[in-house]
Amino acid sequence: MKKFIALVMVVAMVMSMAACGASESSAPAASSGDAAAATFKLGSTGPITGDAAIYGQAVMNACQIAVDEINAAGGINGYQVEFKFEDDVADGETAVNAYNTLMDWGMQALIGTVTSGACISVSSKVYEDRVFALTPSASSTDVTAGKDNMFQLCFADPNQGSGSAVYMSANMADAKIAVIYRNDDAYSQGIRDTFVTEAASLGLDVVYEGTFTADTATDFSVQLTAAQAAGADLVFLPIYYQPASVILSQADAMGYAPTFFGVDGMDGILTMEGFDASLAEGVMLLTPFSADAEDELTKNFVAEYQKRHGETPNQFAADGYDCIYAMKQALEAANCTPDMSVEELCDALIAQFTSMSFNGLTGTDMTWGTNGEVSKMPTAVVIENGVYVTAE
Amino acid sequence: MEFLSYLISGISLGSVYAIIALGYTMVYGIAKMLNFAHGDVIMVGGYISLTAMLSMNLPPIVAVLLAMVVCTVLGVIIEGLAYKPLRSAPSLAVLITAIGVSYFLQNSALLVWGANPKSYTPVIEGAMKIFDGKLSISYISLLTMASCIVIMIVLTLFINKTQLGKAMRACSEDKGAAMLMGINVNRTISVTFAIGSALAAIAGVLLCSSYTSLMPTTGSMPGIKAFTAAVFGGIGSIPGAFLGGILLGIIESMAKAYISTQLANSIVFAVLILTLLIRPAGLLGKYVPEKV
Amino acid sequence: MKNLKKTTKQDFITYLAVILAFIAITVMGDAGMLSRSFKGQLVPICCYIVMAVSLNLTVGILGELSLGHAGFMSVGAFSGIIAAMSLQAAIPSPVLRLVIALVVGAAFAGVAGALIGIPVLRLRGDYLAIVTLAFGEIIKELINCLIVGVDSKGLHIIFNVSGAKTVNDLHMLEGGRAIIKGAQGATGTETIASFTAGFVLIMISLVIILNLVRSRSGRAIMALRDNRIAAESVGINVTKYKMMAFVTSAALAGAAGALYGLNYSNLLATKFNFNTSILVLVFVVLGGLGNIRGSIIAAAILTVLPEMLRSFADYRMLVYAIVLILVMLGTNNAQLKGLLAKIIPTKLRKEAK
Repeated sequence: MKKFIALVMVVAMVMSMAACGASESSAPAASSGDAAAATFKLGSTGPITGDAAIYGQAVMNACQIAVDEINAAGGINGYQVEFKFEDDVADGETAVNAYNTLMDWGMQALIGTVTSGACISVSSKVYEDRVFALTPSASSTDVTAGKDNMFQLCFADPNQGSGSAVYMSANMADAKIAVIYRNDDAYSQGIRDTFVTEAASLGLDVVYEGTFTADTATDFSVQLTAAQAAGADLVFLPIYYQPASVILSQADAMGYAPTFFGVDGMDGILTMEGFDASLAEGVMLLTPFSADAEDELTKNFVAEYQKRHGETPNQFAADGYDCIYAMKQALEAANCTPDMSVEELCDALIAQFTSMSFNGLTGTDMTWGTNGEVSKMPTAVVIENGVYVTAE
Repeated sequence: MEFLSYLISGISLGSVYAIIALGYTMVYGIAKMLNFAHGDVIMVGGYISLTAMLSMNLPPIVAVLLAMVVCTVLGVIIEGLAYKPLRSAPSLAVLITAIGVSYFLQNSALLVWGANPKSYTPVIEGAMKIFDGKLSISYISLLTMASCIVIMIVLTLFINKTQLGKAMRACSEDKGAAMLMGINVNRTISVTFAIGSALAAIAGVLLCSSYTSLMPTTGSMPGIKAFTAAVFGGIGSIPGAFLGGILLGIIESMAKAYISTQLANSIVFAVLILTLLIRPAGLLGKYVPEKV
Repeated sequence: MKNLKKTTKQDFITYLAVILAFIAITVMGDAGMLSRSFKGQLVPICCYIVMAVSLNLTVGILGELSLGHAGFMSVGAFSGIIAAMSLQAAIPSPVLRLVIALVVGAAFAGVAGALIGIPVLRLRGDYLAIVTLAFGEIIKELINCLIVGVDSKGLHIIFNVSGAKTVNDLHMLEGGRAIIKGAQGATGTETIASFTAGFVLIMISLVIILNLVRSRSGRAIMALRDNRIAAESVGINVTKYKMMAFVTSAALAGAAGALYGLNYSNLLATKFNFNTSILVLVFVVLGGLGNIRGSIIAAAILTVLPEMLRSFADYRMLVYAIVLILVMLGTNNAQLKGLLAKIIPTKLRKEAK
């Protein structure tokens, strides 16, 4: 019996090795030596399977679009760009494995990691290895804290929390506010913490706070009933759009119609397949990206994304796209070449990022501080007739 | 008034758990295996009905029937390919295979329907207002509760009154003896899986209609909760699964409302542990006399 | 007597194999023959091996299905991180701190095991399984509420049940730092775990478990598994031996958790969920119930397998699922077994006895 199991395990192992070998030989371009010298190798990791797959896939798809555009237009400083994306299931352990796999491949700079928790684990490796990293969407302050070569393209959580509180106190100071957030999620809890602190100092009236976890993210009727009973007329939802869509439809079913206020994670709700956009009527959110924006850059990107993947890109996709172009701008400004070592590239990129200003899908005149945090302006939008309208 | 509202949302949530738990408990009672893939069959049922309604524009009732047919076929295929060859294997081996099937279904769904969560269009919309509109009960909650009761009654009658139901009870008592009595044990187990999977499809539609979002991992947590409900009520017992599901839903709702939304799940599990310590075979479990 | 010798020999082969594997990997690593990706997986592999071996004690040797083993890993991981991080100033040597963290992790997980074991072990079969699952989930949610920081005055701990507390509520002095931040998990952990430590931990676990199994207590535990009533009737104390196995298993899982936690700068409470428990259970079942060497091999291979399947990209986990199902069918199906019995008849006949 024991021998027998060992035997079968060996078979499984051989199978998987054979599988690896097979697919490696089918993609010779990735490992051939002569090409390696003449291309920039950018890598990224994020969840493309599991619960958070949507975020990783959005970044992967958008980065690939940006890389293809750059390559078609002659590359960076005349060198083509290779892009490789590895799955990390939004898990720290797998993310470190994915990062190591990319380093084996010869990655020169990292676009990542997509999710906060995994990114913190990778960021300490990145710091040790002196690899430049720019995350599209890991918004926790712990991602960049104490690491000079780790940069964020998205807002850090505290910015969103305090930004929301400041906006509310300026525009709806008398509102009775309820907060419903996910307390086993770093993103949601992080925004909530700064929001509540800021709200208290601004004199906002928070009447109810309800939480949920990944395991109880199906039924929100209790939290909504309690919020209604507490008299809340403004419900702040620092959560992603998937649970938010459930909250909106359950509130509608019970006839509770406060103003809902979201943050950048709420973006994507209108393009969610099957979602009744009338439920989101009047929802306000702070977001750096809107797929309905009229500028040329956004329109082209959205059209290309829809052509390739049949869906409207969300803000993760936009962040990923911007990351590649920000990297391109910095590499060009520093006259980098692919034969530079990873450390040299890292130093050159740090110097560029802390001094340059970048215009992209998610904002204009973005600049970075030495702490790696981006500074850009979020815009408050309100949903009217199924589209974003800039709120006054 | 809030209390009533919490109670109703608890019963509604509990009804969904109960329908899933009924499927769990039937399969367990007869095949003596924990079918961890059950939750994922629910997810498939949700996706099939949604695709039918959105892409093919079929009326909800046809979509539900289609989902039931697809899930039944899926259940029978899974049983035939993955579980049947392991009939005489240790139960842990079957458990691990079920987990493999669960991963397989989740990842297949990811490839077929994509990672983006989809918003589910409820099969019926609207709500009933009572007490001058102070209390509103959505029609989908009413439908869920009604379906749950109907399914429980039909299943009980089926198990107790029909030939096939008797065969199932015989298999669950003693497979060897049942075989000697001329019962086709393999076929009986397949039929059980078919029924369980059809129930999963209904549960999928109701779950997604109440909690309007669907993604490849949608089924796993309700699956675990329903498993908990089945054990809570006494696994293998049909009224037990019903009772366990409803109670679990109410406890979860009340815990969220009056104790802590943070620890709602922990409270549910703590109640389960306490119950099992007092009644080690669950509320209506086999080894406990039926005098409750 | 002859029988005893045989088992001792088997145990020595296990030890020797682990030592040789360690030497081979170290030598190859120094010679630069290993990829970064593989080297990065060495510590988690060690952790999962210890997890699998310890769970095998509960599931294979004691014969009780546990679906909450990750809960003990979680207790060990977070208590180990707190110990290592709070002693950062007092004990500069990372090796010593790692040892302390592992001991603390094992101790806390052992206590948790004892507390849970007393009620749980009264139950049987699937009821016991669901209760361990429940405890695993409860531990996950409780740790998710934990906020811990350290400053010059010592440790500050708050238990954030209402969800409204943050790190600021710790009221730490200037220079204090947060170790665990509730939902954000343990962040900024100094990664002091090493492959050597992992190897030592595996060896210690093996010594503990193999000696336990071969001892009088071990035989009592196995007697409980094989026939509880018969064992009870010859005067074996059921609770004592069940607890012995369960607590040992929990403590080793705690040590593995501490090592795991100190290998990553960020660790979330949600990492140790039901899926992680199941993952370890898969190692145990695939390696063979009660077969310690099998657990080691299965844990190592199945940890590396998803990484080897990276080239499948989107299809990675799908292929993993198929491999899992096929292996279970291949090892447990009577016809397939019979087929293989013809190929290797002598060995199988021996195993059958």
